[in-house]
Amino acid sequence: MSEHILLPEGSIEKQTTTLNLGPTHPATHGVFQNILELDGERIMKATSTVGYIHRAFEKIAERRNLFQITPLTDRLNYCSSPINNMGWHLTCEKLLGVSTPKRVDYLRVIIMELARISDHLICNSIVGVDTGAYSGFLYVMQFRELIYEIYEEVCGSRLTTNIGRIGGFERNFTNTAFEKLEKFLDEKTGYPAQLKEFENLFTRNRIFMERTIGCGPISAERAMNYGFTGPNLRAAGVDYDVRVHSPYSSYQDFDFTIPVGTTGDCYDRFLVRNQEMWQSLSILRQAYQKVQEFKGAEAEVFHADTPAYYLPEKKDVYTKMEALIYHFKIIMGEIDIPAGEVYNAVEGANGELGFYLISDGGRTPYRLHFRRPCFIYYQAYPELIKGGMLSDAVITMSSLNLIAGELDA
Amino acid sequence: MLTNENIQQRLTEKFGEQLTNWQEPYGMLTFTANKEINLKVLQFLFDDAELNFKFLTDLQAVHYPDNKGAELAVVYHLHNWVDNVRIRFKVFTDIQQPDVYSATALFQSANFMERETYDFFGVNFVGHPNLIRILNVDEMDYFPLRKEFPLEDQTRIDKDDDMFGR
Repeated sequence: MSEHILLPEGSIEKQTTTLNLGPTHPATHGVFQNILELDGERIMKATSTVGYIHRAFEKIAERRNLFQITPLTDRLNYCSSPINNMGWHLTCEKLLGVSTPKRVDYLRVIIMELARISDHLICNSIVGVDTGAYSGFLYVMQFRELIYEIYEEVCGSRLTTNIGRIGGFERNFTNTAFEKLEKFLDEKTGYPAQLKEFENLFTRNRIFMERTIGCGPISAERAMNYGFTGPNLRAAGVDYDVRVHSPYSSYQDFDFTIPVGTTGDCYDRFLVRNQEMWQSLSILRQAYQKVQEFKGAEAEVFHADTPAYYLPEKKDVYTKMEALIYHFKIIMGEIDIPAGEVYNAVEGANGELGFYLISDGGRTPYRLHFRRPCFIYYQAYPELIKGGMLSDAVITMSSLNLIAGELDA
Repeated sequence: MLTNENIQQRLTEKFGEQLTNWQEPYGMLTFTANKEINLKVLQFLFDDAELNFKFLTDLQAVHYPDNKGAELAVVYHLHNWVDNVRIRFKVFTDIQQPDVYSATALFQSANFMERETYDFFGVNFVGHPNLIRILNVDEMDYFPLRKEFPLEDQTRIDKDDDMFGR
């Protein structure tokens, strides 16, 4: 960024200070270690260490049936676990050749966009906290709570959701879920009003702008070379979004725009995330409207007809022979997966979340690899913070939306 | 519009018989090359104005213990953002001497991904600036994702797990 001025030779014993930022520093929001070489308050060199919470998911997945891997994906990016779950289900469906009904696709879009909002609002409000503005964080938190209540209504859990099944959802959305969604989307009392207020607090706030503009910038070319995806890449000015480039779950039916930035600094990343939340709200409204258009028997569809992979209803298990057989086969993991290799990507909240699944025709994957976006773009962190102040390094880290669980798999 | 046939034709013109095993599982063009020319293929895919594969989506390895002499496969997923085409490119290497040229000079993003692949499979990326373990502990002396390390037998009874409710 700027020229480094070193103290004259011999003025002090060592010209730079070594500082350990992390692994358990409160400002890093996760388990990250960075060994910084500081000249005064200016960062000369940074060395990142990762892997503190590695849990061997790829190895564990090699002995699990497809549906048992879903809880592993929860624990990647735990701020938006439904997107990971859906990404995994979509990968399985691609391998198995299952096609889902439109209503399932739209319900999935609702859940995924809610998850994207919950992830972005955490990230942006944490950037606010790191610049010294705590109240924005508290304002939006009640709406994350509401999103979690919607998850709870659909799947019964809140953070590590394990939501959905191969082929659809475990149960239909209840009326309470839709009521909560309406409450969330309400223009006057819902999230749009809150987001507007959040933007009023930050977007043109002089202090916030001074702190974030020009902080941790990256050019589009460098960002591409570093493997950036998601909002961080779009803040640098590249309009790559998996939802548009290779639509999944009927994203092609929705009308939305991809916000892009120019400089790729913390301020642009913040603005891109905010705009994406507005776009997500628009997608949510469209999806909810489309869901409401289903009437009669169509409105009861919440899973595809794939008896070999979708667990039958409990009352059928007790009364029907066929359902009992499938129930047993699925639970005991006795269904062979067709052989093949498939790569499927979804637009996670912080980038392209990919699943590379190789099956040799057995009951478990032969090899499963998660393409974890923040593992790949975290490499750029030393370059982003070099030459900046120590306090800028903290903001840069939170505005990159690094999630330790995803980074370390 | 760039189609899989175009890509295959363009690559065959350049490399001829060196690229083998052309497949299209689930629509993604997949091919294999000799490990000595992996960088040449990546560079050609990157530089060629028509192919334009400038984004390395993913890099990892797969272990096939029965495939004697070529046990480890290093798999590159590349993406052309202009025409929106993905391809998959594999090189196989002997597990006794798992040397593969590093793609870090071409893609900065390959740095961590190659370290991860080294960490779990022991693929030695020649020319990597800092090939050390990344997710596992530095003291580990084996490569855990290789198939010779099975997961713990869940029916074992010699372990006292009362504290964990098992």
